[in-house]
Amino acid sequence: MEWETVIGLEIHAQLSTKSKLFSGSSTAYGSEPNTQANVVDLAMPGVLPVLNTDAVRKAVMFGLAIDAEVPDISVFARKNYFYPDLPQGYQISQFDKPIVGLGHLDIELENGETKRIGVTRAHLEQDAGKSLHEDFAGQTGVDLNRSGTPLLEIVSEPDLSNAKEAVAYMRKIHTLVQFLGICDGNMQEGSFRCDANVSVRPKGQAKLGTRAELKNINSFKFVERGINIEVERQIDLIEAGGTVVQETRLFDPDKDETRSMRSKEEANDYRYFPDPDLLPVAITQELRDSVRAELPELPEIKKQRFIDQFELSEFDAGVLTSSRASSDYFEIVALATGEAKLSANWVNGELASHLNKAELDFADSKVTPEQLTSLIKRITDNTISGSTAKAVFEAIWNGEGDTDQIIEAKGLKKITDTGAIEAIIDGIIEANPGQYEQYRSGKDKLFGFFVGQTMKASKGQADPAEVNRLLKSKLDA
Amino acid sequence: MSLTAADIKKISHLARLAIDDADIEQYTENLSGILGLVEQMEAADVADIEPMANAQDATQRLRDDVVTETNHREKFQALAPVTEAGLYLVPKVLE
Repeated sequence: MEWETVIGLEIHAQLSTKSKLFSGSSTAYGSEPNTQANVVDLAMPGVLPVLNTDAVRKAVMFGLAIDAEVPDISVFARKNYFYPDLPQGYQISQFDKPIVGLGHLDIELENGETKRIGVTRAHLEQDAGKSLHEDFAGQTGVDLNRSGTPLLEIVSEPDLSNAKEAVAYMRKIHTLVQFLGICDGNMQEGSFRCDANVSVRPKGQAKLGTRAELKNINSFKFVERGINIEVERQIDLIEAGGTVVQETRLFDPDKDETRSMRSKEEANDYRYFPDPDLLPVAITQELRDSVRAELPELPEIKKQRFIDQFELSEFDAGVLTSSRASSDYFEIVALATGEAKLSANWVNGELASHLNKAELDFADSKVTPEQLTSLIKRITDNTISGSTAKAVFEAIWNGEGDTDQIIEAKGLKKITDTGAIEAIIDGIIEANPGQYEQYRSGKDKLFGFFVGQTMKASKGQADPAEVNRLLKSKLDA
Repeated sequence: MSLTAADIKKISHLARLAIDDADIEQYTENLSGILGLVEQMEAADVADIEPMANAQDATQRLRDDVVTETNHREKFQALAPVTEAGLYLVPKVLE
């Protein structure tokens, strides 16, 4: 039988606010355990939640960016369950009145086509603390620093038909939230996490199959692998006469399998109800307008603009607009140098590879856009050659100074002086009489040998065009 | 609508409330009574009334995104039965 896969993703994006969703505790990552958990985060009796304006604005911004409805009224609800990393005994989340309603975004498929993916909703909720199961014989350690950190849960329609589409959609959201500046996108620190609802059905059947939920898959690679494995498992199960049960499963990358996580029959009985401690949130037109005014240029629009304005290739523009920091960096350099293609080559090439190696982001680059601009200007005004420029870049990266200082200090200026180059060439011909004779008797290929020798003797600083011209006239004289 | 003893057991388990078997009959009767009241209220025609999420006719006030809290871990952990290395320790929960 032919099978069809249906996937929906729930993405949790941690909103990059300074303080928590309902308390004035810091959200900074990596602090000493429980030093950022106050009475509200610990759910002491009598405390009341007060909503963070910035979390609301960031959620609204996401809604506007995916062309979603952002309703006038949004309501917080209690999702009841017991777990030690959730001191309240319930998570403050949203149920029937989320802050962001139905929206959509387009993903690019491997065959180059685009596919529109529906976003059912996005709602605000509190994150839980962290449970540490190792290190404490028979006990679990609880760190509540993360408790109450604002999350935006972004729920897709079941519009994704395979693991590759799921990854493309996840990447798209990942880029978008970073562009908007509402989430740092750091997957290692858990700022961006994903659950996948996966089901299969016979091809052509309208009714959806029973789904399993894969929890907390925290890399693009694992999303793809986890979904593929789960799809295989479900098909094998059904074809062997079994049935898929609705449950939460965990993808184990080491064993390359998914396995059941929660068996409790009442696990999903969350008994949502409106939180009596919180009034409905009014989203006014004024608020929507002021957030819209802050909405940055979105990645797709920027990419198209780079193609049109700077005549970049689809590929170059795509790489540059994969993050806001890289696109900003490029644009500063391209505008200042007036050399868009060359700027793109340097940003996507030398700079990107140095950043990768040092595991740095564009925003923390050791070569500033201004420094790269001056370097590119020295290439285009013929002061240094392209290969010398790489050495200068390396020196700037290592903090040895700015372009002109380094060129001066290391004597890297291109030799364009005809007399100086001629003197080098004369020396080379004199030192290699054999090759000179062979060339003269018709072995044209040796021309490259002379170019190489001359460049080497000039330590790469001779202007290659000038070397070629002078060599031709001397050798062929 | 009336509840059964099994319903009461399920509800009390979800709420993590320990209830004596001897009291279940009493709870069944009381809670069924509340549901009876709700049923009675359902007779009211509310077709044209917008549901309210809160009894107060007001909207949520917001606070600025500012860190106002400082670390009081020592004080809070003095209340906890067991702590270690800055963590609250609880009976093992890993399934």
